[in-house]
Amino acid sequence: MKKLNQRAWLFVTPVLLLVAFNALIPMMTVVNYSVQETFGDNLFFWQGIDWFEQVLTSERFHKALGRQFLFTFLILIIEVPLGVAIALAMPRQGFWVPFCLVTMALPMLIPWNVVGAMWNIFTLPDIGLLGYFMNHTLGISYDMTQNPLAAWVTIVIMDVWHWTSLVVLLAYAGLVSIPNAYYQAAEIDGASNWAVFRYIQLPKMKTVLTIAILLRFMDSFNIYTEPFVLTGGGPGNSTTLLSIDLVKIALGQFDLGPAAAMSLIYFAITLLASWLFYTLMTMNDNKS
Amino acid sequence: MAQITLSNLRHSYRPDPAGDDDYALKKIDLTWEDGGAYALLGPSGCGKSTLLNIISGLLVPSEGKILFDDQDVTALPPAKRNIAQVFQFPVIYDTMTVYDNLAFPLRNRGRDEAIVKQRVTAIAEMLEVTGMLSTRASNLSPDNKQKISMGRGLVREDVNVVMFDEPLTVIDPHLKWKLRSKLKELHQRVRATMIYVTHDQTEALTFADQVVVMQDGEIVQIGTPVDLFERPAHTFVGHFIGSPGMNVLPCEVRGGAAFFGGEQVTLEGPSGIAGDGKAEVGIRPEFVSVSRTGGGIAAHVRKVADIGRHKVVEAIAHDSRIHAILEGDAPNAGDAVMLDFKQSQTRLYKDGWLASRPEGGAR
Ligand SMILES: Nc1ncnc2c1ncn2[C@@H]1O[C@H](COP(=O)(O)OP(=O)(O)OP(=O)(O)O)[C@@H](O)[C@H]1O
Ligand SMILES: [Mg+2]
Repeated sequence: MKKLNQRAWLFVTPVLLLVAFNALIPMMTVVNYSVQETFGDNLFFWQGIDWFEQVLTSERFHKALGRQFLFTFLILIIEVPLGVAIALAMPRQGFWVPFCLVTMALPMLIPWNVVGAMWNIFTLPDIGLLGYFMNHTLGISYDMTQNPLAAWVTIVIMDVWHWTSLVVLLAYAGLVSIPNAYYQAAEIDGASNWAVFRYIQLPKMKTVLTIAILLRFMDSFNIYTEPFVLTGGGPGNSTTLLSIDLVKIALGQFDLGPAAAMSLIYFAITLLASWLFYTLMTMNDNKS
Repeated sequence: MAQITLSNLRHSYRPDPAGDDDYALKKIDLTWEDGGAYALLGPSGCGKSTLLNIISGLLVPSEGKILFDDQDVTALPPAKRNIAQVFQFPVIYDTMTVYDNLAFPLRNRGRDEAIVKQRVTAIAEMLEVTGMLSTRASNLSPDNKQKISMGRGLVREDVNVVMFDEPLTVIDPHLKWKLRSKLKELHQRVRATMIYVTHDQTEALTFADQVVVMQDGEIVQIGTPVDLFERPAHTFVGHFIGSPGMNVLPCEVRGGAAFFGGEQVTLEGPSGIAGDGKAEVGIRPEFVSVSRTGGGIAAHVRKVADIGRHKVVEAIAHDSRIHAILEGDAPNAGDAVMLDFKQSQTRLYKDGWLASRPEGGAR
């Protein structure tokens, strides 16, 4: 039998502490709020699962969740194919490579709220470059504060502008790791461009794309700052995504109990969707 | 099927080659006969892969032409040349089954599923992978992956040439031997031209009818394995083939005779060199005999290596090292011995190139 070595604790404990303080303890306070009611003065009353029931049956929550899924679906369906297409079009070697990489990385370096503010100004109907162009040059009525469709189009385009680069860079990393012999062999085998993409490039990009999609899913599903700065959730509630709604409940109305219950549900959905997606994507890998 | 002619071929990877040194291939004129089994042999970096890629069309040569029979294919892409090529490291299509991998080159050319099935089955049988046909190719071991890569090269029956670029590097030694004999057998069956690139002389000599030896972007000699062994056209071939390689000894040529350290060495025939000067005598270790008394060149033994079937004696004479291969008894290190060269195998080299001619024969 092997001798037990207690020294392992030395290495594990710091991580445990870190995770505890940065995730577990804050989360437990949320759990705590979610099952109690308070009227201030630090007085709490046991409430059971009432808040959960209330959130899950509320129409407001259903609508926000629906908008959230729609938003995430839209940006994934645009950013992933677009990112892959751009990565395919980028040069693999030579003078332009660093230029392309830096240009691609730039949008990602801009802070969230700055992106929101930038796009807000960009689209102002009377002075924004895009807003002025659409309204006055093309004569198409375009006003984010009045028209829900315009608001949606803008937040989606903004996210595409901000985050497609992430998909591009990850896909590009996958592409450059393909040895030249694969392309040569495909050429000898008489493969069409489509076949090269389908049977060489796509399979080799699968791992990085899985990561890219996961990251983009989690990020967009939890997105807050950019749409908040851009539209504030309006016009009306048309762009009130889950996180915006959550903040309204928690800080605007100070309903701590329902907000906590909603946070946990929100978290559970994110986790479940990520897990489902990852499991589906890697299911085939171990099958013979 | 076709005869492949390379004419005045030169290739440089640089856009503006200046001197000969900038060329990966210096000047290649070569004809590959239809149906031949060729090995392309040479040290790392001598341009073997470059030459193959030019024949297959993956590279366009800087200068020169490639003819398939009488058709100039220099500008044609690989898909239009009807050739097959197998690379050093296995290339497989991960997401496909083994069957689909093997069928891929045929399906891309729009072959009937019936023909595809028949060809794939036959090739799978030959490579002994029939049991794996429905597995996903990504789950195979490296040597099976390479078998599949080779199978894709062999699956089309009407190709002009099948080229293998060091295909057995990743394969276990015992399996290597088996696959090589398989290839040889297959060549005898289908009679397609095959070019087999390697830097392993055993591999080249067992596979090929004709071996092409390259060095520094040039072809040094083309011949049967026996030719290369017995009459290396260049001292490089002498060194490169054989283990240990040919002994190359500095000598002086005076009046048509060669003198090694002042002692005359009897050559196979006429020296082929007009006038006097420096040259080299070449003799394979297999044709050097060692005796304690008897005639020949006096030497002392520096070391003796027993490598199983025979012993390799390393002796020093006139400051030059001479290897001899002996069966049975061998002297000990430190012994004084006499070395005798078999006359019919003693050659003369001038500036590296073979000069002497056999007695009575033309060169
Ligand atoms: N893509 C390339 N770009 C620039 N130089 C290259 C390229 N490929 C090969 N070379 C150079 O051309 C020369 C010949 O290379 P090649 O790959 O044909 O050699 P090889 O005989 O196949 O060697 P090995 O046995 O190592 O495969 C080498 O000096 C190499 O550095
Ligand atoms: Mg090579």
